[in-house]
Amino acid sequence: MMHNDVTPSEMMIVSAARAMAGVRTVFVGVGLPNIACNLARHTVAPSLELIYESGVYGAQPARLPLSIGDPTLVTHATSVMPMADLFGLYLQGGLVEVALLGGAQIDRYGNLNTTVIGEYGSPKVRLPGSGGACEIAINAQRVFIIMRLSKRSFVSRLDFLTSPGHLTGGNARREAGYPGAGPELVITDKAILNFDNDDREMQLVSLHPGVTLEEVQEEVGWDLRRAPEVVETPLPTDEELRLMREVLDPAGLYRK
Amino acid sequence: MKEAIAEYVHDGDSVAIEGFTAFICFAAGHEIIRQGRRDLTLIRMTPDLIYDQMIAAGVASKLVFSYLGNPGVGSLHCIRRAIEKGVPRPLEIEEYSHYGMVGRYTAGALKLPFFPLRSYTGSDIPGASGDIRWVDSPYEDGKRIAVVPPLNPDVAIVHAQRADMSGNTQLWGLLGMQKEVAFAAKKVIVVVEEIVDEAVIRSDPSRTLIPGLIVDAVVHEPYGAHPSYVQGFYDRDNEFYLSWDKISRDEERVKAWLDEWVYGVEDRAAYLEKLGAETLERLKPGPAPASPVDYGAYA
Repeated sequence: MMHNDVTPSEMMIVSAARAMAGVRTVFVGVGLPNIACNLARHTVAPSLELIYESGVYGAQPARLPLSIGDPTLVTHATSVMPMADLFGLYLQGGLVEVALLGGAQIDRYGNLNTTVIGEYGSPKVRLPGSGGACEIAINAQRVFIIMRLSKRSFVSRLDFLTSPGHLTGGNARREAGYPGAGPELVITDKAILNFDNDDREMQLVSLHPGVTLEEVQEEVGWDLRRAPEVVETPLPTDEELRLMREVLDPAGLYRK
Repeated sequence: MKEAIAEYVHDGDSVAIEGFTAFICFAAGHEIIRQGRRDLTLIRMTPDLIYDQMIAAGVASKLVFSYLGNPGVGSLHCIRRAIEKGVPRPLEIEEYSHYGMVGRYTAGALKLPFFPLRSYTGSDIPGASGDIRWVDSPYEDGKRIAVVPPLNPDVAIVHAQRADMSGNTQLWGLLGMQKEVAFAAKKVIVVVEEIVDEAVIRSDPSRTLIPGLIVDAVVHEPYGAHPSYVQGFYDRDNEFYLSWDKISRDEERVKAWLDEWVYGVEDRAAYLEKLGAETLERLKPGPAPASPVDYGAYA
């Protein structure tokens, strides 16, 4: 198996999958996060149940789902339910352990914008909006954010706060009374970041092989904090590469 | 379909064609366009391609929603043009999150004054366009919770696998908010792939989502949800979802598409004939039947 041709997307998938070790329930999106969850199910989290906001619990997709409402998520799932039950009994009921989120913009405290670029009333770009992201960000026990690093996305100030992360940092999230602990990891194509400090501010913990600190800082719109120890992200194993390339995404739709 | 839309959907009405990715009744949306309705308030959690087409055709003045995207593909360009540039006409929006819309339909169906939910704290969504407010718990001091108002559409249009002639409707797969929107709406149109005998419905009562009691019209319209899908009957026509991404970027191409596929066809049967048997064959899933259940006879 070739290791020197591992793509940045494959590094993201593997990093997200490994972070799910031992996790029981995950709230999934389509595309790259979907592959990460399926990789985790095949490796570090064999009892992982995939939950989709379309009302599916325990999906076992037989093909790569094209959307979160793909019929392949329904066939052979453990349970399919009204969305009122999914959001009420499962999400607000506290049964979602990890949720994967992304966005057009993120700030240093892991707050996300998926609503507009520019003013809400006269947007430069109208984005999709919340979907379930706002309540997922508040109610899931833990949140992993999966986003490509870029100066347009990692901004010092959001145009719109759709889904709360650690708000203004420090104890702000706890004081707001959210059931979930909020963003824990930001997994990108160049590095991994976490919020493991008293300010709950994003910090660099791991660089993907061959990426420098300067290259990461270049794509972040504020002075990026560093963890006391910054390590190198381990490459995928032979088995992880095989699963990604031969089983989960043979056409390379999301790996390239 | 013609009679159902003519009778129950009027200019200025609020209309919810629900169905989360699945069971989206494009046949009804296209008929509304053909009949030239105006000033509708369109309600859907995910406007999807059907509202992109209806808004491009100029039937709506307002949109109530929670996620504005071409699922798994990208943007809804016609709706973006309406919001960003007022083309073909300005579009008022009222925006919530998914659980906010779920709560609105639920409060509407239960005839409650509001629905409380653990969301929105710290978000900019409450200050945007939706009517989200806050109440203090009457049971615990200092516990504030977000509330959303009830939503009672003038008309709900729900697509499903099968119903009997009285409108008792069975649906399996992504149930979405089909049940709640039907109970919340003032008038309900059910559109199905198959009309079945009452005995078929009675053989599996746990699968009945909507009782004929609240249904005003039943329309038999096979493939009425294409290019979205109906579980077990046909897959989503993803090629169309991808091609709409290109068509919808250009106003002229959208007009030409509407002329050809909506105004240019008499009804859904003509649309299907134009679409061709090959496409329908391509979308046919393999079998995956459920194990039968036995309700028991208690005579």
